[in-house]
Amino acid sequence: MSVIAKQTKTAPKKRSKFQETWRRFKKNGRAVVGLAIVAILLLAAVLAPIISPYGPNDQNPRNRLQGPSAEHWFGTDELGRDILTRIIYGARISMSVGLIAICISLIGGVALGAVAGYYGGALDNIIMRCMDVLLSIPTILLNISIVAALGSGLENVMIAIGVSSIPGYCRIVRASILSLREQDFVEASRAAGASDFFLITQHILPNCLAPLIVQATLRIGAAILSCASMSFLGLGIVPPTPEWGSMLSTGRDFLRDAPHVCIFPGLAIMAAVFSMNLVGDGLRDALDPKLKD
Amino acid sequence: MNGDKLLEIKNLTVHYESFDATVHAVENLNLSLRHGETLGLVGETGAGKTTTVKSVMRILPDPPAKIVSGEILFDGQDLLKLSVKEMRKIRGKQISMIFQDPMTSLNPVMTVAEQIAEVIRLHEKCSKKDAHKKACDMLELVGIRPERGSDYPHQFSGGMKQRVVIAMALACNPRFLIADEPTTALDVTIQAQVLELMKRLKAQYQTAMIMITHDLGIVADICDYVAIMYAGEVVEYGTREHIFNHTGHPYTRGLFACIPDIFTDQNELEPINGLTPDPTQLPEGCRFHPRCPHATERCAKEHPENIELAPGHFVACHLANKGGNENA
Amino acid sequence: MPNTLLEVKHLKKYFNTKAGLLHAVDDVSFSIAKGETLGLVGESGCGKSTIGRAILRLHEPTSGEVILDGTDVTKLNKQELRELRRKMQIVFQDPYSSLDGRKSVFESIGEPLVIQKVCKSKAEYEKRVYELMETVGLAERLVNAYPHELDGGRRQRVGIARALALNPSFLVLDEPVSALDVSIQAQVLNLMQKLQKDLGLTYLFISHNLSVVKHISDRIAVMYLGRMVEFSDCRALFKNPLHPYTKALLSAVPIPRLDVKQERILLEGDVPSPVNPAPGCRFASRCASCMEICREKQPELQEIEPGHFAACHLLND
Repeated sequence: MSVIAKQTKTAPKKRSKFQETWRRFKKNGRAVVGLAIVAILLLAAVLAPIISPYGPNDQNPRNRLQGPSAEHWFGTDELGRDILTRIIYGARISMSVGLIAICISLIGGVALGAVAGYYGGALDNIIMRCMDVLLSIPTILLNISIVAALGSGLENVMIAIGVSSIPGYCRIVRASILSLREQDFVEASRAAGASDFFLITQHILPNCLAPLIVQATLRIGAAILSCASMSFLGLGIVPPTPEWGSMLSTGRDFLRDAPHVCIFPGLAIMAAVFSMNLVGDGLRDALDPKLKD
Repeated sequence: MNGDKLLEIKNLTVHYESFDATVHAVENLNLSLRHGETLGLVGETGAGKTTTVKSVMRILPDPPAKIVSGEILFDGQDLLKLSVKEMRKIRGKQISMIFQDPMTSLNPVMTVAEQIAEVIRLHEKCSKKDAHKKACDMLELVGIRPERGSDYPHQFSGGMKQRVVIAMALACNPRFLIADEPTTALDVTIQAQVLELMKRLKAQYQTAMIMITHDLGIVADICDYVAIMYAGEVVEYGTREHIFNHTGHPYTRGLFACIPDIFTDQNELEPINGLTPDPTQLPEGCRFHPRCPHATERCAKEHPENIELAPGHFVACHLANKGGNENA
Repeated sequence: MPNTLLEVKHLKKYFNTKAGLLHAVDDVSFSIAKGETLGLVGESGCGKSTIGRAILRLHEPTSGEVILDGTDVTKLNKQELRELRRKMQIVFQDPYSSLDGRKSVFESIGEPLVIQKVCKSKAEYEKRVYELMETVGLAERLVNAYPHELDGGRRQRVGIARALALNPSFLVLDEPVSALDVSIQAQVLNLMQKLQKDLGLTYLFISHNLSVVKHISDRIAVMYLGRMVEFSDCRALFKNPLHPYTKALLSAVPIPRLDVKQERILLEGDVPSPVNPAPGCRFASRCASCMEICREKQPELQEIEPGHFAACHLLND
């Protein structure tokens, strides 16, 4: 009985994983800045109709290609539309394309990689050869063929981009699992009666998080740009819809006379990618107990 | 004493410096060794054994390692003052080193004879053919058929690889050999083979040797002198007989008590309590006092000096003279 | 044998490799009584770790029976095996790879309790983990520590606490002290002995270190290349080794004393490959007194003296 009494008094409080991670994340200044930028972008996307000064498709031919001014902070584009407004609305599409595409490829890649690495044998062979086939097709071609097969539209573009980056995650997960599978702590857990699902989710995946997070945050930018090139080809997002990538590509024609048409969407993409990377790095470090404090 | 000293380490202090802490890896260490003798350097993980010999070879990673002070006289010449080029001539030729893990100390894409010949050609002017011939002779010396010289390291077992490493270390007839736990990675019966080989070669070539080990059994077998290290310092130094039969330092005695004896039946071992100290925050006074069963107030305050118990037998302990721990 | 807790009968474990069939464990039988420690000695590659893992079915045995407390472990289905895992646990050699670097001491020790869902409430779970920490001598302040913050001895204590979490009756100790410094090794060995006495545990102690095995074991089995070559009471084995391999092994141990002069029996060459082993005695290629029959017929384990078994043709008349 004395044990319990003592324990309640002197034993240090056991902290939950979430509290622990958050505590460490907060200490990382750059990660917090990144998180703030991501939050601003997401907020902008959600509140677009309320905060944007104009409508996204309000044209004003008289005000074409105007530089930044008090009325139009980021200037106007070739049809006289307010660029700030279009960037705010664009955040809806670009952020969701980036995030959803990454989620699709993460889920697909992790699941396939885990199965291939953990069970090995013929299953491994089949999965990995399929991945090799996907990798051997140029990404843009793969995207086009998937969209062509599914039909154009935002959702299908997301799926296409997601599917085409599955192999990268799959390989990372499989390689980590192959080395982790034989570790004694996995054996110990199995000796205690753990199921395969428990082993994979509790021990193996947490230990291959670091390369996954880095890969995922880096790929968000690539996904936004892929989406833009799809729009450029006329697959996916149709012109009047504001989207960062397509704004960037149409702005190219006016690069010499009105560089701001390109600069601001470009900055938006950069901010998104950059902030995601900061958050990703911070998350990776916060989840790694070895880097504690 | 008699005979000239081949190696003399005087007041060597080595620190590892990182931006927030200094690790006192080796502190004020003195050792000497004459021609043809073997010194056993014994201690637990982190005692500074490897750091000491790496400073002799001048292969410490710098940064973070830094030789703060001291002299290492090899044949009267201070190795720490030599230029990089001069040092390179000594390494492998005059002093060579055998590492713990034979698996990683050989290059997997070169045949073993090539690797040995390379060392020879670095230090001796001879044709490729002569070097190869000599390499095969060396292999024969360590008990490997010369025709196996054209095999690659992965075709050898652990014990055989360690023989190749020994052949490589002895290829230029060094006068001084450093062996860093040469048999720790090997099985008992293979270890016995390698130890016998090293004993034979040592006698044949009169090579002086420092043998790092944590196994007092190996020390009893092969060493003439023994230095016991604890937390960067030599706490006891003497001949093998001094250390084994007239143990002076409580730490040394503790080490002996920790090893289960194969000849008697003991019910319980007497472990040394506690843990080796954090090398960034070493205790005041005697570094062993927090774990020492005989520690006094003086031990906590004053760093013990070396006391010569018998000629050539040094113990760094306040209680050494009083026999305060003879009851163990 | 009265009170037999574990009985292993004709256990075989073969691995398929590119080079052929690897005979890791070949027809090994032994039994362990309740509260006893059986030492399993041998050099690397002799199959001693494989035996430990095959008993726990971490490796599926190729054939043979493993009877723990009356149940044949090899015949259980997944669900039954999961139940039985509460009775048998394992402690690993390397305290650096046996703990998940991302789990705190608390999580590591408590994991078996979560897996087996033995605790009814969170409070009970926490109490049990703190209890286990006290049992193995870990300070309570370490509850939130991560493995990389602990030294080898403490990590090994976490590993032991985790193995004890489910109140097992049988523990496989796979070289539990080999990776530790001598002073820490002695602390852990003492802990193991104390736990055995207090909790009535039965150990299978696997090690290559003969003096450690001698210290902790009641009986000892010597393995060579997948076969058991000698099996005996601890004292008898050291006093009177019968098998030529055991003799060589004992003589090769460096002894930290100057008053004992060893007559070393040096074995020629290396341990041969366990892939498709030649017929006859596995030790024949290195044995100084190898006879013709040794290369042809595999010697069986025979009782030479009461309770002292050896497998060698030299001992047959």
